[in-house]
Amino acid sequence: MSLLQAEGLTKKFSGLTAVDDVSLTVADKEFFGVVGPNGAGKTTLFSLIAGEVTPTHGRIIFDGTDITGWSADKVASVGLVRTFQLMRPFESMTVLDNVAIASHQRFRSRSEARRHALAVIERVQLERYVNAPSASLPTAGLKRLELARALALEPKLLLLDEVLAGLVPTERAPMIELLRELHADGLTVMFIEHIMAAVLALSERLLVMHEGVELALGDPHKVTQDRAVVEAYLGEDYA
Amino acid sequence: MTPTAERLKSDIRAADDPRLRDNSTRNAFVVLGALAVVLAVLPLVANDRFETIAVQTLIFAIIAVGWNLMSGYGGLFSFGHAAFFGIGAYTDAYLVVEHGISPWIAMVVGAAIAALAGVGIASLCLRYELAGPYFALATFAFAQLFLLLVQNLDFLRRTEGFNLPILPEESFWMLQFERGSDIYVWIPAGLLLVGLAITILYVRSRAGQFVQAARDDEVAAASLGINVMRVRLGAVALSCGITSVAGTFYTQYHFFVGPHQAFGAAVSIEAIIPAVIGGIGTIWGPLVGALIVGPLAELIESVLRDPPGSLSFLQGVAGLDVAVYAALLIVIVLFMRKGIYGTLKDRWRK
Repeated sequence: MSLLQAEGLTKKFSGLTAVDDVSLTVADKEFFGVVGPNGAGKTTLFSLIAGEVTPTHGRIIFDGTDITGWSADKVASVGLVRTFQLMRPFESMTVLDNVAIASHQRFRSRSEARRHALAVIERVQLERYVNAPSASLPTAGLKRLELARALALEPKLLLLDEVLAGLVPTERAPMIELLRELHADGLTVMFIEHIMAAVLALSERLLVMHEGVELALGDPHKVTQDRAVVEAYLGEDYA
Repeated sequence: MTPTAERLKSDIRAADDPRLRDNSTRNAFVVLGALAVVLAVLPLVANDRFETIAVQTLIFAIIAVGWNLMSGYGGLFSFGHAAFFGIGAYTDAYLVVEHGISPWIAMVVGAAIAALAGVGIASLCLRYELAGPYFALATFAFAQLFLLLVQNLDFLRRTEGFNLPILPEESFWMLQFERGSDIYVWIPAGLLLVGLAITILYVRSRAGQFVQAARDDEVAAASLGINVMRVRLGAVALSCGITSVAGTFYTQYHFFVGPHQAFGAAVSIEAIIPAVIGGIGTIWGPLVGALIVGPLAELIESVLRDPPGSLSFLQGVAGLDVAVYAALLIVIVLFMRKGIYGTLKDRWRK
């Protein structure tokens, strides 16, 4: 059964159609990749699904419920959680309290929320920075903090927006390994990524977008050999 | 329903894990206790002139503690807290003078009305996505609107204001005592302690953490399931209620309130100055700021009333207090962006 179902999603911004009639399904426990050149509409697609932007047309059904037009906080509260490409820590707070904000959705008491947050921080291997101010984290740490906050909500579906961007190659491998573990533990993930090695290593299915429309959808290795995809996105190196 | 995968339901760590230690709430209450002792003893050893300054300072501190909840922790910069101080002051005057109701009841009623008014104003502003300076200007406009309204309403006695009836003898229930009574210090001291206790508990509560998250990054807060509007309105209600209580006490202490004492723009400035000087978004900042601004205001007033020889040209000059506040603000903004307490706290941490 599909966990997420998007039908004919379209978003027009005064004259520009950022997402144009995109339909997709994400199955429970699937790892679903989204790629496409800059401006293809990937992040807008995430914003539509996460409720930050209301679609011009189309429907979003999550876990059997039509969530089209729901606000972002309501979407998050039913288990559909996103992270941001440009990290958005709560800068006045420590790493622990950042994650505890998310844990507070399940735990009313502060001490329980922090105990839960600590477990999540250990899960993403950020324990070195538990009580550090979040503003002091390096990029790789901030990426993990984004991930930790989202995981602390115990999402049914996690939308990851370029979680590897900005990381040097030596930082990428452990992050890919972490994502693989989380998926093995049963997490359903939809992710936008530019690093093709990671996309191919992790995705079970892949959506290629170009100028707002679906260019190809299916098995990652087949899709990336598709003539149109190679021309539109991957460039000469792959042709 | 798809259950969250079992292994992802992270267990929670032991409560006694040293990394989870956070004594900030306990420490704050220790400081609050010490402050309570000082405030209890103070009137017993001080003279009348000192008590006047103390009351003035305590009123400043309560207003600023209220303002700080909404504007410091909530990030919604109010430039119209006179509206809520005024509601407290006028609710008291009206209920006491017209209906003989106890000021203690008027205090609760005033706080409730101020909280409702604050929620109404803030939800309008937030609904239309006014942020930063636009939000501040909108709140200023509402405070001015209240000022005009009071000046034109017969049942609030227009520009005349209210004089409280003087009772033949002291009464705690009617909050009236002999001039210079120590109780006039203890009451605002008690109210301030309650306001500070509320702040201490609120900032570490779930709602308080949510509102600070929304202040730091609204979009990220919403993405984590926080209903940003709701948590902000909670902070606004608390803030306006506390500030209104200072207004109620003001009317009782001065036996008089008029439109400008209650709703004048000067009151909105007096809400901001102590908090900014002491450090916004900190527990003790507003109090530290009030300890500077309160005595300073009194000093300026006495200089103007009876200037020493060399300053005789100042006799009767109006607006000197505002000029001094402005100079202080410039110094603070230039050298201690986070206020006196806020800056010292940061340095001490490093």
